[in-house]
This record gives sequence, structure tokens and C-alpha cells, in this order.
Amino acid sequence: MPVNYIDMARTFKSNAEQVGIVQGHRLCPGCGAPIIAKFTLMTAKKLGFEPVVGLATGCLEVSTTIYPYTAWTVPYIHNAFENVAATMSGVETAAKSLKKFGEIPEDRKFAFIAFAGDGGTYDIGLQSLSGMVERGHKVLYVLYDNEGYMNTGNQRSGGTPTGSNTTTAPVGKVIPGKVQIKKSIVDIIGAHEGVYAATASISDPADFFAKVEKALNFDGPSFIAALSPCTRFWRIPDSATNSVSKLAVETKYWPLYEIDRGVYRVTRKPRQFKPLIEFLKAQGRFKPLLSRPDADEIVNKLQEYVDKRWERLLALEEATKDKYLR
Amino acid sequence: MMNIDLKKSKAVTGAEAVANAMRQIEPHVVAAYPITPQTPIVEYFAKFVADGVVRTEMIPVESEHSAMSAVVGAAAAGARAMTATSANGLALMHEIVYIAASSRLPIVMPVVNRALSGPINIHCDHSDAMAERDSGWIQLFAETNQEAYDLTILAIRLAEHEDVRLPVMVNLDGFILSHGVEPVEFLPDEVVKEFVGKPKRVYPLLDTENPVTYGPLDLYDYYFEHKRQQVEAMEHAKKLFPKVAEEFEKISGRKYDFVEPYKLDDAEYVMVALGSTNSTIKYVVDWMREEGFKVGALKIWMFRPFPKEKIQYYLNGRKAVVVLDRSASFGAEAPLYEAIKSALYEATIRPRIGSYVYGLGGRDIVPEHIRKAFMDAIEGNLLVDEQRYLGLRE
Repeated sequence: MPVNYIDMARTFKSNAEQVGIVQGHRLCPGCGAPIIAKFTLMTAKKLGFEPVVGLATGCLEVSTTIYPYTAWTVPYIHNAFENVAATMSGVETAAKSLKKFGEIPEDRKFAFIAFAGDGGTYDIGLQSLSGMVERGHKVLYVLYDNEGYMNTGNQRSGGTPTGSNTTTAPVGKVIPGKVQIKKSIVDIIGAHEGVYAATASISDPADFFAKVEKALNFDGPSFIAALSPCTRFWRIPDSATNSVSKLAVETKYWPLYEIDRGVYRVTRKPRQFKPLIEFLKAQGRFKPLLSRPDADEIVNKLQEYVDKRWERLLALEEATKDKYLR
Repeated sequence: MMNIDLKKSKAVTGAEAVANAMRQIEPHVVAAYPITPQTPIVEYFAKFVADGVVRTEMIPVESEHSAMSAVVGAAAAGARAMTATSANGLALMHEIVYIAASSRLPIVMPVVNRALSGPINIHCDHSDAMAERDSGWIQLFAETNQEAYDLTILAIRLAEHEDVRLPVMVNLDGFILSHGVEPVEFLPDEVVKEFVGKPKRVYPLLDTENPVTYGPLDLYDYYFEHKRQQVEAMEHAKKLFPKVAEEFEKISGRKYDFVEPYKLDDAEYVMVALGSTNSTIKYVVDWMREEGFKVGALKIWMFRPFPKEKIQYYLNGRKAVVVLDRSASFGAEAPLYEAIKSALYEATIRPRIGSYVYGLGGRDIVPEHIRKAFMDAIEGNLLVDEQRYLGLRE
């Protein structure tokens, strides 16, 4: 029974503290991360789950729990930067064990949700995440991908896109910013096979909610990579969070798809695509790149890359149809 | 010295003894990663799980960092959670070892002491435990397999006491104890179960009706106070340890304390050490006493919190004290020596004192080495500022 979004919106409109994360936190205006947290928690609650959240060190963590305050009205644990997946493996296993020992009721329906940024996921936390998925813990891991170490002031991560200007891979006279291509994190997690992995965008709430629902009802680990605009270091206006997210989808920069036990499915197929340059031009972080004399050459290459990736995705969808690996 | 009834005991390795303590404790969650020489503990326990002997859920994590992270999560959730490790594994956990203590999670972790890399070495020394001595964990050291077993059980009660709520490392010497076979007197399962009881759940994450936030950002306005509370919790551990030890004595007949004096009544020369080497020291004490030397030994059972008062009580007024360290502190005095020397600063009659580092990387220590150090003390040949070495080629 899919969650009724309108009903969900009504429920939480008059009952904001019930969402799980409340106002008063110190995230920047326009930050994508709390929207992602809300979308996830609202869906979990609406489906009747009791959410228990874990956070990796990062923007969402430091800005919501400045002692003695907390913005969380659901149980919350932050351990360290690289280990939210292992920490939540422990929390989930504790619940399983306490049920087995008969110390908590068997019918408690928890939703164990980990939130982490790209640094805590693509880079320092990848091992911990891989371990959690491989062992099959029933945890939903939500990546809020703001494409850099934004909490510490815009350093390059494995999730930073090519050509973006960061403080540790700046666009210089010789080097045009980050030269490597962003890791395909969903494919990496999807390759663990016994997992539901998907991308999501806050510009498409219906797709987002549906994926959270699928993830929470999945019998095993799940992973959602949500693009999370960072107004401060993507150099975009506070009001552009949604429009830039939308552009990311419309330019094939952030295709919306899922990998369910090896089966690829593209969940949104725009009839018309916009050129990638529109996504790049909308953000100040690409301005130094676009001011270079070789900008066209680099942008063309990136356009070619997103085109090829889209074609590959469609081919994978076709090739893996109904071929569930597990 | 501990009297073990050989009729009631079984010949087991330290690893088997500890694994059986864990079986009897039956924690809700064990997360562990194999590392020599801790491995047999995890292997024995995994077999208990596989055979359904315990209901414990085991998490076969992909690293020690994740092992400690997972037990932190499990303990915060409200479970009794344990792990075990050695050397580099403990070093990899290091970051989370501090977080476990500051989150006041009563995790009990046997540490099978092994030399830290590099160069890589798998044998016993105490460099792994010493690297964590300021982490906020209670640190106990076992001399024998019996003690490793007993202290693991006792540690649960100490860790979980509401006035303490601190994690405990139970240290046992790698290979010497973990793989060495000794007689161990096991307590009946139901006696252990009753002794450890059910864990009291304090602010469990799974209580969704009363949500709590674990691990908030704690800046200059509160962090200091929280550290002060950890200092206080250690004081509580010191106060409570004798009570827990007394209760343990009631079920086992075996007496534990912060330290164990050996032939100290009239001893003029006292050797202080941690772990299994104490057995060799006791042997040498007996041997030298036969020759008329007034020697004795002081074993340190609890290294953190450091039982300063007990040490002062036993060492005040002796002619000389020899401290044996199985780890070095490069550029400073060896850890146990430094602590003993510091405690003796307040003694009314300060003994002469000398520092001996031995056994690094599993280098054997033999009675002759210990005798040599005692003879240095007896002959007035101790220099407070000189670190000497036993069994080292120079």
C-alpha cells in the first residue's frame, strides 16, 4: 500500500515535531540535508515505523546537535565520521538480539536509518558501509551528497564532480580543478547484490518517497543517494536548492534510478534533456572552470560522459530486466 | 597466591577460559574481528553461537574499527555488548575506544596483549594496552588464565554499575596466557548468570517513546564538564571495585583487589609488574628467600584507575622498589615505572627505585633476569634516572 503523500503532508503540517527533526537547527538556509532527512523520516513514520537514526560526522550532525540542544525528536546516535554504517549495524543487531532474548516485543517495527554526507560515504566510510551491506543489516543508509567536505569548508571528496572548484583541488593556472570523475556510488553499493540502492532528488518528492518506502520494506540493507545542494559552496542562492536539483536530473547529471538486487530500473525518463552546461552555469563552483580558455573542451567531454552514462543505464535496465541476482 | 582446586578445574588456554566467561555472560551482541593472538577467543565464541549454545548475535565485522563502532551502537541501543582484540586491532579501534568511554557505555573487552607494529610482531608486550591508558577505560591485568576468566566476569559488574558506567579492558598476555594451557576452575553457568544479572538499560536508543541524542557536538561550553564527569566516574570505579570483588569472592572463593602483595610482610626489596610475568617473579621471590634475601612482589591487577593509595601503602618504607615494564615510552620513562615513581613522591619514606624494561615483542623473560634486577636493588645499584633492560642484546 503506497504511502499517500497528500495525507502525509497534512499529518505533518500541523505536527511538525513528529517528523523527527525540528526547526531550530543551525544548517544554512536552503541546505538540502534537512529536507532529505525530513522526506525520509516522514515516510518512515507514515508507514508506521519507529525510526532510530545514526549520523556520520558532518554538516547535518554538527548543526543539529549542539549540546545541550538537539533538533531530533527520534532516537539519535552519532559515533564518528567513518563508522555510521558499523554503528547502525550494532544498533540493528541489538534490536534483533533483544527480541530474541524476549526483552523487547517481537512486533516492534523499527526503521534504522543512517545519514551521512559524501565524505563519510564515498571516502572515509566506504569500508564500514560495504561491511554493513555485505552482512545484510536491515538499515537504510541515506547519503546526502553535497559533493564535497562542506562542513570543513569545501574540500574535494570522491563525490566532488569534475571541474568543481574546491579548496583542496582548486581551479588553478595549470590544473582545472578536480580532474577525476565522481565515483558511481550507487553502482558500487548495488554491486553488493543483496541490496536495494537508488538515487533520489528532492526536486522529485514522489520518486523520493517511493524509494524510501521501497527501501524500508526491503528485506535487507538499502541505500539512497540523494543529491543535496550546498548553497554556500555550490555558490547558489538560498532559493535555488530545488531548481538546481531539478536541473541535475534534467541534464542527466543526476539520473534517477534504482538497482534492486542487481536489477536496474530508471525511475524517471525525462522526454527532453537540457544540455549539461545549464546545470554547470547555474552554480558558482563551476565559474572558475567556465572562465578558462579550455572550458568548452572540458564541458564537451563532460557532456559526452553523461550521455554515455545515460545510454549505459538504459542498456543495463534492458539487460537486467527481471534478472534478480538474489 | 590463588589456590586452584585441581580436581574441580579444567586444563584450558586463556582464550578458551575467556571465551567461556563470555559464553556464561551471554551478551546480547558480540562484534569482533580476528587478530592474532586474540583469534581463538572469537573462534570459540563463534562456535558457541553456531551451535546455539548462546543466543548472542554475532557481528562478523570487516575491521576492528567497525567492531568497536558496532558495540558502541549496540550498547547505546540497550544491549550488553562485548568484543575482543589485540595490538594493531586495538590501535585501529583507538578513536572509538575514547568515544565508548565518553559515551559511558559499559563495554567489556578482553585485550590479548601483543606488541604494536612496527615492525610487525605478533608476540606479547603491553604497548597496545599502554597506548589506551588515557582513553577513559578501566584496565585490569590478569596474571593467569584463571584470572583472565574471573576478571572478565567481574568486569561486567564493575562496568555496568550505575555509578560507574565505564568500559573495561581485561588484559591477558598474548600467547603466554591466550595460548598457554593452565588449570582453570569454572563457575557453574547459573552462578555466573546470577552474578552478572540482567543489564540495566540506561537511556537506550530503542526507547523511542523517550528519544535521546547520543554523541552531540560538545564545544568549549560543556566538553570540559563532561571530561570532569569521566574523572569522577573513575573515582567511583575505585570505590566500587572492592565491593564487586567481595561479591565475586562470595561466589568463587577467589579474592581480588587493586594489587596483590606477595611475601611483602618483611620484604625490603619489592618488584612491581603487570600480567603473567608476576608468576615468574613469585618463583624468583621463593628462590631468593630460600637464600635469605628479603624480597617480595606487588602485582598490579588494576592499572586504570591507578590505585595510588594501595601502592603507597605497600611500598612506603621499603629499601628499594624495582619496576618492570613490558612497554617503553620513547622519550620518557616507561609507563608503569612513571606511575609508581609518581605515587612514591608522596611516600613518607621513599624507597630507592629502578626501572627495567623487558619482554618487548615477546622476548622471553627468565628467572635469572628477575634475579639480576633484584640483586641490583639489594646491592644498592639502582639509579632513579636510568632505564635498564632485561634480556636485551646491546
